Amino acid sequence: MGLKGFILRKVVAACLTIIAIVCVNFVIFRMAPGDPVRMMFRDPRVSAEKLEEMKQTFGLDKPLSGQFVAYVKGLTRGDLGQSFSHRRPVLEVIAAKIPATLLLVVTALVFAILLGVALGALSGWKSGTKLDTFILTASLTMYSIPTFALGIILLLVFAYHIAIFPLGGMATPASLFEGAELVWDVLWHLCLPALSIVIWYIGEYVLLTRSAMIDVMGQEYITTAYSKGLKKFRILKNHALRNALLPVVTITGVNLGFAVAGVIEAETVFSWPGVGRLVYDAVSHRDYPLLQGVFLLFAFSVVLANLVIDLIYGYIDPRIKVSG
Amino acid sequence: MALIDIQDLKIQFITFRGAAKAVDGVSFQVEKNRTLGLIGESGCGKTTMAMAIMRFVKPPGKIVGGKILFNGSDIVAMNDEEIRQLRGKDIAIVRQEAQNALNPVMTIGRQITELILEHEAVTKKAALARAQNQLNLVGISDKRIDSYPHEFSGGMKQRAMVAIATACNPKLLILDEPTTGLDVIVQRQILSMLNNLKKELHLTSVFISHDLSVVAETCDRVAVMYAGKLMEEADTVDLYQRPMHPYSQALIGAYPTLKGEKQKLKSIPGAPPRLIDPPVGCRFAPRCQHVMAVCAETEPEIKQKDGHRVACHLIE
Amino acid sequence: MNQFTNKLEKMKIFFKLLFSHRMGLAGFGVISLFVFMAMFASFLGTVDPARTGAVESILQAPSSSFWFGTDDLARDIWSQTIFGSRISLTVGFVAALITVVSGTLVGLIAGFYGKIVEEVLMRIVDFFMMLPELPLMIVLAAVLGPSMWNIILVVSLVSWPTTARVVRSQVLSLKERPFVEASRCIGAGNIRLMFGEILPNVVPLMFAQAVIMITEAIYAEAVLSFLGLGDPTSISWGMMLHYAFESGVIARTMWWVIPPIMSIVALIVSFSLLGTAISDVLEPGYKEKKGF
Repeated sequence: MGLKGFILRKVVAACLTIIAIVCVNFVIFRMAPGDPVRMMFRDPRVSAEKLEEMKQTFGLDKPLSGQFVAYVKGLTRGDLGQSFSHRRPVLEVIAAKIPATLLLVVTALVFAILLGVALGALSGWKSGTKLDTFILTASLTMYSIPTFALGIILLLVFAYHIAIFPLGGMATPASLFEGAELVWDVLWHLCLPALSIVIWYIGEYVLLTRSAMIDVMGQEYITTAYSKGLKKFRILKNHALRNALLPVVTITGVNLGFAVAGVIEAETVFSWPGVGRLVYDAVSHRDYPLLQGVFLLFAFSVVLANLVIDLIYGYIDPRIKVSG
Repeated sequence: MALIDIQDLKIQFITFRGAAKAVDGVSFQVEKNRTLGLIGESGCGKTTMAMAIMRFVKPPGKIVGGKILFNGSDIVAMNDEEIRQLRGKDIAIVRQEAQNALNPVMTIGRQITELILEHEAVTKKAALARAQNQLNLVGISDKRIDSYPHEFSGGMKQRAMVAIATACNPKLLILDEPTTGLDVIVQRQILSMLNNLKKELHLTSVFISHDLSVVAETCDRVAVMYAGKLMEEADTVDLYQRPMHPYSQALIGAYPTLKGEKQKLKSIPGAPPRLIDPPVGCRFAPRCQHVMAVCAETEPEIKQKDGHRVACHLIE
Repeated sequence: MNQFTNKLEKMKIFFKLLFSHRMGLAGFGVISLFVFMAMFASFLGTVDPARTGAVESILQAPSSSFWFGTDDLARDIWSQTIFGSRISLTVGFVAALITVVSGTLVGLIAGFYGKIVEEVLMRIVDFFMMLPELPLMIVLAAVLGPSMWNIILVVSLVSWPTTARVVRSQVLSLKERPFVEASRCIGAGNIRLMFGEILPNVVPLMFAQAVIMITEAIYAEAVLSFLGLGDPTSISWGMMLHYAFESGVIARTMWWVIPPIMSIVALIVSFSLLGTAISDVLEPGYKEKKGF
């Protein structure tokens, strides 16, 4: 089996996972104790007629199998239902929030991966030294602090007490900034939420890269590299790091799920108008169709991102091309 | 002058139970264009010796005494940069377990050229041509230059290791059990390849093995080590025909002869001593058939006799 | 009896190593403090943390009558902080127990039986591990309704696969060991082999996993509560932050925010330090390195 077989297998697996997610999503929202509609619209102000109408809109008056067919059909058309807190289709509500989240996630990830891998590689390379102990302890601590707790601390310190950063949001309200000014304004707003995600993520990457590095440093081929009389930096770059990055790449995929958690927490604390904040809004308004939609989006993106990472892995690890 | 002259080398491994004397006052020399075989049971310190010549002894191990003179300069006293420039260029090593000795994500070609480019001022193109030449030399088609290690068989990997080790025409080649773990036919092929290569490149080498028959056909001289000590050293034929030290005798007696004469193989009773608290006198005394009272009290000095260097009280 | 003393000796060495590990000792110390707080919550100068007070004692800064001040319903923050440790620790320990027991069971069965059983179970595990944890927990918690037991259920539902996976790989290697083969030869049945021979050897791993799971469960409870999915009848640290955040006066009421944040951070960091120490100590060769 060659690279093609490897890709095919990964794509099939991803498709199966997506199908399973769709099913789970259907089941979760119907496994609730009691009448799903009652549960979904716990708001006592909703009248009986309104409830009936809702039942019909969501197809909840039909038998389960019929509901499932309707739900899948809707999904294929991109119909995720109606958000009743926004009074608009769920897909529309979510789509409008995606760019903000992407901006936050990509910024945070880029910084975290660069810094985390560099520090982790340094720590693993110098393993056993004081520097290593320091980096390790700092990372363990950073990695353990929940993003929302860190976010609140950052918010209190840098936005309230030393007011050098905004309190939240993505841009100064009613500012009418344009062009470069607007870009700066957004970046200024981006700092704290991104930082709160970056700090957790750096810890994660330091720990990952460090342990991969220590593992690689014990391998025979590193001794070979030394016996060639290569310069230290070259051994680090061409032999140690290149091999240590392989497991780091794989685990990046697995950890994307945690990145989603960081996004939800940071966006909530800093009122960043993205998909993560939408979760908080949906929870507080008991807007189940919206919650369901966001969950689907997150699950799909994690599966797709994992697929992409697997494919990258297949490209960078020569062993896969032959053995699969 | 001998190419490599090891004088009273002492290496210890610091453990919680005490210092293990892995190599304890070993001296020998290797002349240019000659091959010295280093034999002994596993754990006798032969690999530690090899690592010491490359200055690869890492904590908890430490070179605590002695000199390793290479072309007259002491490897033990060199700084990191001096030893780095020596490694790969003047002294090269082929170790056992080639399976994991090659970088899995780098092509064989690059693993050879990176060595050449590090030590010599040549163009990439020239280095690549040299690498192809090296592959041919060890019996691998130069078409395989862009292959990755996992596409090679075990024997080919070991050949590739030899190609890397000899790429810069090293003055000294250390072969640390280069055929262990390979099947017999591949062992043969690699050995004859090595023998040809030695003649062609005028290599001086130290060949470490526990396999007496392999040593017999590759080495000019043989040194026998036991529990961190040199027991006997002599020319190969001489040692095999007239071993003087009881340990050498036992070792040779414990090995089947190639000629197939039916002979009862004798194993050596007992086990090597613990290197943390070795016996006071001769280290082999507890297992020796000819043990005398003096053996348990004083350590035998190395004596010269009929071209042998032997450490035994039996020798006058 | 000899076997028992042998085990006891092993335990003694394990704890000696753990306490000589700086991270382990620090983690254990802080956790003990919180356990003490939770056990003796009623004797630490606390009142009912949910009791609201008079209008004039709303949002009071720390004073001799309210050591940590009050919140916007005049509830005592000192008491909320102390009693909060009960919720965090309960959720942590119970969820970890459920998770590790069920995860181990699945891992044991999958690893031991192999073939189709393993294939099916591990596909399920892979699937769960692919789902983003927090969104899944949020969705489940939202559907099930706010209660501490639901949070425990949700956390357990989402986190068992990790344990199942590590236990399985351990079982795979244990299965090949001679003592299992020996036991099979003298006629031990599958159940006896799984629970009598293999399971005891997985216990150290389960212990390490349990600490990791406690950490995750405490974190999950805090986040879910902070997002407003907590149990309104028992105020946890996450809930305190949720209320503080919703009140809109967070900037002027540091005393309201700092105790829960510091408690959450301290507890989670301690558990994660302890977890790191345990996995270090269980690492093959560590014992020898320290001279045992």
